[in-house]
Amino acid sequence: MADKTYDVIIIGAGVVGSLVARFLSRYRLDVLVLEKDSDIGTGASSANTAIVHAGYDPIPGSLKAEMNVKGNRMFDQLAGELNFSFERRGDYVVSIGPDEYGKLETLRQQGLANGVPGMVMLDGADVRRREPNINPDVSGALWASTGGICDPFSVVVAAAENAVENGVTLLTDTAFEDFIMEGKRIVGVKTNRGDFGSRWVVNAAGLYSDVVMHKAGLRPEFKIVPRKGEYYVFDKAEMTINNVLFPVPSETSKGIVVTTTIHGNTIIGPNALEIEDKEDRSVTPEGLSEVWQGALKLVPSLSLKYAIAEFAGLRPGGNAPSPNPNIHYNKDFVIEIPKEVQGLVNLGGIESPGLTSSPAIAVRVIELLKDAGEKLEEKPDWNPIRIARPRFRDMLPVEQKLLIQNDARYGRIVCRCENVTEGEIVAEIHAPIPARTYDALKRRTWLGTGRCQGGFDIPRVVEILARELGVSSLEISKKGKGSEFLVRPTKDVETE
Amino acid sequence: MLKQKYDVIVVGAGPAGLAAAIGAKKTGAQDVLVIERAQELGGILQQCIHNGFGLETFKKDLPGPAYAQRFIDELTSLHIDTLLDAMVLDVTSERHVSATSQWSGYVELDARALVLAMGCRERTRAQIALPGTRPAGVYTAGTAQRFVNMEGFMPGKQYVILGSGDIGMIMARRLTFEGAKVERVLEIMPFLTGLTRNYVQCLQDFDIPLQLEHTVKRIIGNERVEAIESVQVDDHRQPIPGTEEVIPCDTLLLSIGLIPENELSRKAGVALDPVTGGPFVDERMQTNVPGIFAAGNVVHVYDLVDWVTEAGLLCGRSAAQHAIAERKHAGRRVRMKGGDNVRYVVPHVLDKESLAESRQRLQMRVTTPIEAPVWVEVMNGDERIVRKADLYARPGEMVSIDIPQSAYDAVQRASELTVRVVRR
Amino acid sequence: MAQEHRTMICITCPRGCTLDVTVEGKTVVKVAGNNCQRGVDYAMAEVTDPRRMVTTTVRVKGGVHPLVPVYTEKPIPKPQIFALLAEARKVELTAPVKFGDIVMENVLGTGINVLASRNIPLKSKAP
Repeated sequence: MADKTYDVIIIGAGVVGSLVARFLSRYRLDVLVLEKDSDIGTGASSANTAIVHAGYDPIPGSLKAEMNVKGNRMFDQLAGELNFSFERRGDYVVSIGPDEYGKLETLRQQGLANGVPGMVMLDGADVRRREPNINPDVSGALWASTGGICDPFSVVVAAAENAVENGVTLLTDTAFEDFIMEGKRIVGVKTNRGDFGSRWVVNAAGLYSDVVMHKAGLRPEFKIVPRKGEYYVFDKAEMTINNVLFPVPSETSKGIVVTTTIHGNTIIGPNALEIEDKEDRSVTPEGLSEVWQGALKLVPSLSLKYAIAEFAGLRPGGNAPSPNPNIHYNKDFVIEIPKEVQGLVNLGGIESPGLTSSPAIAVRVIELLKDAGEKLEEKPDWNPIRIARPRFRDMLPVEQKLLIQNDARYGRIVCRCENVTEGEIVAEIHAPIPARTYDALKRRTWLGTGRCQGGFDIPRVVEILARELGVSSLEISKKGKGSEFLVRPTKDVETE
Repeated sequence: MLKQKYDVIVVGAGPAGLAAAIGAKKTGAQDVLVIERAQELGGILQQCIHNGFGLETFKKDLPGPAYAQRFIDELTSLHIDTLLDAMVLDVTSERHVSATSQWSGYVELDARALVLAMGCRERTRAQIALPGTRPAGVYTAGTAQRFVNMEGFMPGKQYVILGSGDIGMIMARRLTFEGAKVERVLEIMPFLTGLTRNYVQCLQDFDIPLQLEHTVKRIIGNERVEAIESVQVDDHRQPIPGTEEVIPCDTLLLSIGLIPENELSRKAGVALDPVTGGPFVDERMQTNVPGIFAAGNVVHVYDLVDWVTEAGLLCGRSAAQHAIAERKHAGRRVRMKGGDNVRYVVPHVLDKESLAESRQRLQMRVTTPIEAPVWVEVMNGDERIVRKADLYARPGEMVSIDIPQSAYDAVQRASELTVRVVRR
Repeated sequence: MAQEHRTMICITCPRGCTLDVTVEGKTVVKVAGNNCQRGVDYAMAEVTDPRRMVTTTVRVKGGVHPLVPVYTEKPIPKPQIFALLAEARKVELTAPVKFGDIVMENVLGTGINVLASRNIPLKSKAP
């Protein structure tokens, strides 16, 4: 058995695990977060549409609906406390042609049932005025003023960082393998880096939440089927769509969205393809074509010439029936303390609107622990505020000058497309949750995401990482072990 | 030490920028500054260590760095200022340049003429929507070239190269020279896209197979490239099912084209040709924005550096001529300034030569009322140029005074004239 | 002796002329398709003694870069390319290096020197 026993171990440092950690850090608890990857937030949290949903999509009465609307309401305060990028700029569900218009009212009614405030029906002319790039055949839109966009990765980093600053321990490269049980009671977990004792375990394992449940002997029928969504990202210098535009949804999906990132790039996607492999984030010609056709329906003037990136994300879709006996819905979230074992909180099937729901889920976890008899005692010195590090690109020249005067490294631009400086990179490498790989830096600073896709910055970033981490450039990787950029010094041919 | 204002500022110190700076200085520009984002001059030539440069300019077969060195030496001997390891953040149509570096901090400079010589960038896998995973081991040929030739590291052991452009073929030979295996060069077109001589001396000489009408169907491998799947294409460049082949490799190099780098040009209001991706230019390499010139790969992608140099020299000469004219013109301009009890004067600037044509009327408003007879006086320092009498001066009533043609000689001595309205 | 036709592409300049070369044993009888005399010279050399300019890098200590690019001042015999590259790997210079410095003298007994393609100044803090 392990030397140390924690009060709570959280499996998975995605947006759900990180926010649970952050909200738990308020209490006198020893909390440990285990992350199997080299960085936090690398699963569903890193590749999604980055939308904070208003809440008119989920079936009324479902956990998804409740968490979505509650989570949405929490974002202003959360963004203020944790200092991540969030803009409540509203969203549109756009109907094209006369036939689709009727479905908007159905959605609005669903939104009203879910408690979504601030929804307005617009006619075609209104929509054309608000978004000049829209398909001229637009017949109307449901405008939801509470919709928003955020930088989902910065939510994860900010939450996890605030948790760590408030005493939570985070271990990366640490994969859950099994539970340690005493009868029906969980007393710890086995990992690739040894055993850790704990009174509670929170299963926030995302795509692997089914595997974790099964290890505890629970919900054998529960299965996460990854649903792949592919995306295109466009050059912000060439084209900008400033609004979040949804098509009228189908039975299974919200459809191909045309939206903007918080950084100003237009993105389109995702499609929805159920696959088996939980690690298959490859893009396919078929998938991209589906995304392209879907997006053209909303904005016919898009041009593929200006695409600067394609990527795919996996939604951890579950098959759990809703706990609400009054509805028939089989893809609800799992948020529960199961009765069959002691000491486990299950969070499963947290697919879209998972990002929006995550703060509400974290609060629900605390309620569940209290209901289970945990006396959660608040720490008097808990600090809910996390200070963001400077982002050169977003500053006014006068602020940039000051920043450089204080630290000359902010004067050196390393990523030319996104204007990311050496100072920012160094700060992230030495942050409370250090960025140790290229992709970790990319997600935090947005370097390498522009037109040249790292062509310019990769050699420079490799050099800075090697210098700051005190290792050879040969050890610097894109995303952890096995993804090193370089194989040997040019002149060391004999060593092969 | 940087000046605040230069005759010519050149953005980029590749072959075009070096030639432009040299051309400008030799044409008579008094001060020339080159801003370069790398830590040294020369641009991409410093990593192009292969020969084949300078056959036209020097009638010699030189490696890229040697070709650059000749211009760097000349630039140094001409006392041209440089700002290295610096990035230009913004340029305006008035040729106001904002740049930053860890050595200079954030600097703001003005140029009488500005030369855009930012070169081009490589197309990436995204631009051809290359399917598959996103592992380490997918590089543009230029990034790999920098690693191998300048940073001193090999990005892989076993390569497939997509694209038969010159950089791709040259890298195939270079990697072979350093002990790596190049499995294949794939080209989607039915013809070579680079120079035939490079096919001979880079691929044929070393038995590196080239497959025309072939492309990469997908990239395989989660952490690092493990293989690529190639496929033959038909006349419409569409994959032919059944022709797929999995080629094991740890690195995929992309040599799929170059795009002029014009983000700064756009900020300056320079109009771009959608065909070339570069600025519209006239025969002197001037863009649609007066005083802003462009040369080299930023205008259109060249295949010979010698021609880039030629364009750079021409561009530099034009920029210098513009700066010299502007300087001359600036000497003819007198700033008009409000003095005692004058809020402002219109026009703000007066061309001294305008008095050769006609008298010039100045209009202004006073700050505070004077309900008594006043003088309206135009002064060059202590010297009075002209004055007129008014019965009073009120802020609500515009005041005017003419500078007569007889004041021509007196105005020639001035760089600034002050107008005041004072009690008589 | 029987005549043989060989097609080759002249690599002397970027024009890349396709040459139709008539060869008798080791002797070039006729060259067609060339635009200038260099095409004839190239064909003769290609048949009797094919040569290539070789460019590579050698290690350098204490400079602004870990490598300095080098080139053969004249083309060397093609079969000796890889031997030359192996020799180059054994060299380590010390900065500063000047453009034109002889890096390897009379390399492999060819009578040809390998020269530095550029200056490599000492590594200092500011550029």
